Amino acid sequence: MVGSDIAWMLVSTALVLLMTPALGFFYTGLVRSKNSLNTLMMSVASVGVVGLAWAFLGYSLAFGTGQTTGGFEHALLRGVGLEAKGTIPHLLFMAFQGTFAIITAALISGAIVERMRFGAYLGFITAWTLLVYAPVAHWVWGGGWLGALGALDFAGGTVVHITAGTAACVAAIVLGPRKDYARQALLPHSVPLTVLGAGLLWFGWFGFNGGSALAANEQAVLAFVNTMFAPAATLTVWTAIDLARTGKATAVGIATAIVVGLVAITPAAGYVSPISALVIGAIAAVPSYLGVLWRARTRLDDSLDVVAAHGVGGMVGALLTGVLAQQSWGSPADGLLFGNPAQFAIQALAVAVTIAFTAVGTAGILLAARLVAPIRAAALDEGVGLDVSQHGEEAYGRGEGAVLVLPGRRTPSAAAVFTPALEPQGEQS
Amino acid sequence: MKMVVAVVRAERLTAVLEALFQSAVRGLTISHVQGHGGETEHVETYRGTTVKMGLSDKVRLEIGVSDPFVEPTVAAILSSARTGAVGDGKVFVMPVERVYRIRTGERDEAAVTPVRELDERPEPLTV
Repeated sequence: MVGSDIAWMLVSTALVLLMTPALGFFYTGLVRSKNSLNTLMMSVASVGVVGLAWAFLGYSLAFGTGQTTGGFEHALLRGVGLEAKGTIPHLLFMAFQGTFAIITAALISGAIVERMRFGAYLGFITAWTLLVYAPVAHWVWGGGWLGALGALDFAGGTVVHITAGTAACVAAIVLGPRKDYARQALLPHSVPLTVLGAGLLWFGWFGFNGGSALAANEQAVLAFVNTMFAPAATLTVWTAIDLARTGKATAVGIATAIVVGLVAITPAAGYVSPISALVIGAIAAVPSYLGVLWRARTRLDDSLDVVAAHGVGGMVGALLTGVLAQQSWGSPADGLLFGNPAQFAIQALAVAVTIAFTAVGTAGILLAARLVAPIRAAALDEGVGLDVSQHGEEAYGRGEGAVLVLPGRRTPSAAAVFTPALEPQGEQS
Repeated sequence: MKMVVAVVRAERLTAVLEALFQSAVRGLTISHVQGHGGETEHVETYRGTTVKMGLSDKVRLEIGVSDPFVEPTVAAILSSARTGAVGDGKVFVMPVERVYRIRTGERDEAAVTPVRELDERPEPLTV
């Protein structure tokens, strides 16, 4: 084992874990204030339930040995200890991969905010991690058939972003649009939180891509630099389109562009030159921008544009990896532009298979869940807002009108509290 | 002239505004208020502290209207703000002694009648 590799992977794991609360802030700024805690919690809670699912079974299904999925040999982390896996301890590899499973599940929440019952959501992402994420991760990274076929996915363009984007689309369809969708303007309540979240996502993404080299080596440096440059290009192009279209560059646009650029470079990060990274970032801005515009005209209430950012961005990244990958920059295979058109076909196949499998799996889980219990919040609860109706908390409470409930004492109703002057004071006990 | 004051659920505001505009009611003021209207208090918990929230977020609309517009205004609010659950709010219709339009100095009925042409010349101030 190599000490420097272990050190870098420890840092990377922490960086990727930070991305999940960062995603929560990115998302929560985009929803109405009455749903801001619910939206934030959808991301943060993934650290809990998906983290547990990963340790109990998910890691084994993804990285155990087997044809279609891994087996049960690593269930409950059996046989995952401090022995070497590559140049780092097996345990560290498991934890690093766990942070990927956590954020992938959290990404889906952007499509279903402001209307899903919280308990149903927790059950959904737990089942989804085991039944959809783990098999796809196994196919691409865990010794499965897509990896064997030669599909290139450096840090999860297919495994993370195409699965999340597809699941988001299916979940938004099964759940249905918010009751106010396309009837009134549903506007972001705190754009600064969204930009802050995008910044922290970028920071964490250096671990996501840089750490996917699984070592502190030259490939990690390449992935790191590409992670810096690709979103820079996306941000610039996105802003230019904003300016050309409306005359005004927007903050929500910049935050979105950062995520789109990061998504697009993810599958290519350790395989393409920095100039190719700029090209990928710049190209990725266009379809995602069009996707955002198109989606808003449909009845598809993918509320925070997970499909446009992660689905479309992931597809562009995965396909362009098959165009721009270079063996001279450390890729296992050259891309279309460097004399290997077969690679592009392999990438397209991986994308198509992942979309099909994820769509079927996600729809199956949600339709089955709907048979057991309602997955949507009641319409009146949706009107009041999910913070109060699902969690009994307010993000920006003023504390006015709050009557303290003391344990073991009968709590006066509001009517009694608000008419104290009518009752004689101090005469009764 | 009457002053129509309505207190409605905050989340019904858009629907109320749409209904009012469809009834050709223009000229209104809204404010975000908190109130208690007999609805069940919801319970919130922050670590060990549990509270019943006795006040809910509401929106108050104030609409000065001429007499023929009173019934359409009230009807629009009643139909658009209603959910059927306790806490839908109230509409108050109150007499108004005098109204002035600040821009022109017009008073009473003329002051609450919407203008068609925006560039009409102000009349001399005769307060």
